[in-house]
Amino acid sequence: MDLISARRTGVLLLIFTFLSLLHGSRGEIPAKPAPSGVTIVPPIKPNVPHAYPEPSKVYLPVFTMDYPRIQIPFEITLWILLASFAKIGFHVYHKITIWVPESCLLISIGLIVGAIMHSVHEEPPAVLSSEVFFLYMLPPIVLDSGYFMPTRPFFENIGTVLWFAIVGTLWNSIGIGMSLFAICQIEAFGVQDISLQENLLFATIISAVDPVAVLSVFEDVSVNEQLYIVVFGECLFNDAVTVVLYNIFNFEMGEVVPTDVFLGVAKFFVVGLGGMGFGVLFGFVAAFTTRFTSKVREIEPLFIFMYSYLAYLVAELFTISSIMAIVTCALTMKYYVEENVSQRSCTTIRHVIKMLGSISETLIFFFLGVVTVTTEHEWNWGYIMFTLLFAFVWRGLGVLVLTQIINPFRTIPFNLKDQFGLAYGGLRGAISFALAFTLPNEIGRKQLFITATIVIILFTVFLQGISIRPLIEFVNVRRTNRDVDTINSEVHCRLMEHTIAGIEDLCGQWSHFYWKDKFMKFNNRILRRIMIRDNRAESSIVALYKKLELQNAMEILDTVAGDISAAPSIVSLYEEKKSSARPRKKFLTADLKNMHDILSKNMYKIRQRTVAFTGKHALPNESHSREILIRRHASIRRSIRPGSFQSSVVPKSHKYFSLPAGKSLDSKFPPVRLSNTDDQETMSEVAYPSRRSRFNQPSRSSSRAMMPLRRLDTLQEAPSVSVLDESTVEDRGRTGGGKPRTNSSSSDSRVPAPRRTFIDNDSSSADNLRNVHHEAEEEQPTSPPPAWAAESRDNASRNPLLRRPQWNPKGK
Amino acid sequence: MAVCACTRFDFCSKVACFLFSVSLEQIGVLHKRFKQLSHNEETLRRDHLNGIPDLACNPIRSQIIEAFFDRRNFRQNIEGTVDEINFEQFLVVMSHFKPPRLHITEEQRESIRREKLRFLFNMHDTDNDGTITLEEYRHVVEELLSLSETLEKDTAQSIADAAMLEVASISMGHMEPDEFYEGITFEHFSKLLNGFEIESNMNIRFLYTDTMNLCK
Repeated sequence: MDLISARRTGVLLLIFTFLSLLHGSRGEIPAKPAPSGVTIVPPIKPNVPHAYPEPSKVYLPVFTMDYPRIQIPFEITLWILLASFAKIGFHVYHKITIWVPESCLLISIGLIVGAIMHSVHEEPPAVLSSEVFFLYMLPPIVLDSGYFMPTRPFFENIGTVLWFAIVGTLWNSIGIGMSLFAICQIEAFGVQDISLQENLLFATIISAVDPVAVLSVFEDVSVNEQLYIVVFGECLFNDAVTVVLYNIFNFEMGEVVPTDVFLGVAKFFVVGLGGMGFGVLFGFVAAFTTRFTSKVREIEPLFIFMYSYLAYLVAELFTISSIMAIVTCALTMKYYVEENVSQRSCTTIRHVIKMLGSISETLIFFFLGVVTVTTEHEWNWGYIMFTLLFAFVWRGLGVLVLTQIINPFRTIPFNLKDQFGLAYGGLRGAISFALAFTLPNEIGRKQLFITATIVIILFTVFLQGISIRPLIEFVNVRRTNRDVDTINSEVHCRLMEHTIAGIEDLCGQWSHFYWKDKFMKFNNRILRRIMIRDNRAESSIVALYKKLELQNAMEILDTVAGDISAAPSIVSLYEEKKSSARPRKKFLTADLKNMHDILSKNMYKIRQRTVAFTGKHALPNESHSREILIRRHASIRRSIRPGSFQSSVVPKSHKYFSLPAGKSLDSKFPPVRLSNTDDQETMSEVAYPSRRSRFNQPSRSSSRAMMPLRRLDTLQEAPSVSVLDESTVEDRGRTGGGKPRTNSSSSDSRVPAPRRTFIDNDSSSADNLRNVHHEAEEEQPTSPPPAWAAESRDNASRNPLLRRPQWNPKGK
Repeated sequence: MAVCACTRFDFCSKVACFLFSVSLEQIGVLHKRFKQLSHNEETLRRDHLNGIPDLACNPIRSQIIEAFFDRRNFRQNIEGTVDEINFEQFLVVMSHFKPPRLHITEEQRESIRREKLRFLFNMHDTDNDGTITLEEYRHVVEELLSLSETLEKDTAQSIADAAMLEVASISMGHMEPDEFYEGITFEHFSKLLNGFEIESNMNIRFLYTDTMNLCK
């Protein structure tokens, strides 16, 4: 691995000399104690000569330094650290990253570092040998995109995505290549020596789009998902196409005979479809493997990475498209793996994939900046300007023409604004740069190609990357509200899909709804039975419902701990209610275990719903709230010990609250307040006490009445981690630690009435909406907290549920 | 495209072109399918549709079939149900699923949206009183979930209940304690699905090619 060997960068030297100074000084310290130790501890002294029989010859070197031994990993580590620090730096001032894409900033930092290195006459890092790039840097990036591909919109638009990725890339490569070849014939530019093949090779390199920056902009302004997914998918599959084309054009062909063309086309299909085949194969094997990993949770995530990488390597072995392989592998296994592995493994997988992908890309952009300054450039105005021009023209033309062709086949055609977004979103990025840098040295004009590639990358990333946000906002591209997360919309979405599938069946039309319907049937009947340990098919409605319900329950735990016994148990959803006349029955161990199972099952079912739109540099938002759930789960597990419960009969109508009455939580943990970071980020149970601090003051004990509605509302406001963070922080600030977040939602006190129905109505009959007001009239929602507390006692006596004495001493 | 010998076909196709903005070929395909379903009769009855094997696995099959015999979907402002429909009516029902054109104004988009929402709403509102009551909602959710074998009726009910609460919270906002939420009116329904782009999702692209022989 000659990654960063032969490199003494200025920065590194500085850092290193600094470190070695530290080392040196530390080295001297043990050097002195050696004699002094002898004097201090006399018994040792006679031993020393014994240990070294010939003291006069060679003394044990007390301090040595072996830099060459650690050089490579050491420098790699330092580079990665430097790049990561840069990333931290960008977010210190948050507004920068809104207006200037991160890739721009990374390149800028790279430019600065490169300038420093250049000024001290250091060699540029020889980072990107083709080996290193293709074997180590590319897989994480692609795995990242593949794994976080929003599956559902992708499959809804798969035709268009593939159309743009494959035909679009071919169009660009061949168009740009041919036009550049034509330009090369003009003597004035002095580049007649570039052959057609080299031109095509170069055109292939610069037609790989990499719109990371654009995607994050698209996400922020929430453009319609058709546009988003086409840009996303295009960048993914177009990498694959580019690499294939690169390999084809890079192949030393003597004379091109027609057979070569046919063979090239054949190779194209073999490479692409073969990659997909291997990907699907390894994906299924991975999914099948995770079926059996329940006992070895700690290495579960490893399987995912190893199988993905294996797919990649095997595909490389057969020189078929390894990108295709790893992407399809990730796409295939994701669905099954995430159901099989534990919640924590799932989080780990996501984090690690994000981390690796992000680091790879950061490094590439960073080195792009460095290399821009430090390499020798061959500047040719004519060639480079025409490259820029053609890249624009062919991209624009390509989008126009290809959209005209694909539009009749689309249910929602792309309008001109969408096409503008598509065309303008064609930034060039890491892949182009890496491919250019790994060009073989035999190519005479390699320097020119590298220069031109760098120019086009810088130009598109800076100019288009910065201007796309205002432009998209200006032309007002059709937008989609993506944060619909209510049961109703899920229900109606499903209703609509079934309706369409039904109508299509009825009138004999086929579209993706038809195929989706059929695939889901196949999936539920066969694939899930093979791949998934717990293979009961579950509707997404139920998954969402459980998610909301759990969130609710969490909220209850957070806010009204004292009142939690009034919350009915999820047990009622699953098993026959334990109808016992005794009000103070303790839970049996079996019951607790049962609840525990149900809870953990829920936790993991929720994962089925994955976030649709995930930027390359952000983990899915849900993971955040999920981690809270996990912590809560752990805390509940602790608190659910036989005997700690006093709750009992679960009224059947109380279904929307799902937690078992785990109200003995508080007594066990002192209200320690940990730092916010701890609270948010760690999954460890250590963090749990910090959340406990909220429960100290069971203010507004009967607010459970409005809990579900409020939760449903607030759900929508947690579209991003940062928002969630902020709101939590804010809450804490506002409520001063003790008070629960009573003010987190404006709709707080609005809708108690309907809720009461389900709380207070003990019968599960259909008319429970009717007696809403009977119950609700007793309690004025606007009354001050004392009134609430009093009421809740009241309520408790009505309810056959019990409270713990310390929480509601007068409750019984 | 072989034009069908049916006498009504020309008339129907005019209606259809107007309603659908689809081509004669597509109408031809649909007409062929209609004939196939109705066993070459002029009208289609419920048992014809019940016999479609592809539809058998659809959890909301009965609602879909009912929608075809529901006069509210015929765009004539009449209520009630019919026992058999002709091709024209068949097309009118189908036209609820036509994709919007490329360039439409906001008002047109809104009207398309309302129309599609109305179709869904009518599927819920079986007794045609203008509101979706809790019972009706529960029924639909139960049907929707009827295919996943692990679920009990309880779950479906509680989901419907929760959804209903959600509606109440979204549409009514603040409710007085003695207020009672009757059911989802169409206005609430439309408000409820505000963020859900039904006009760009609830579409069927009618094919030009004839896939009849492949369909059962």
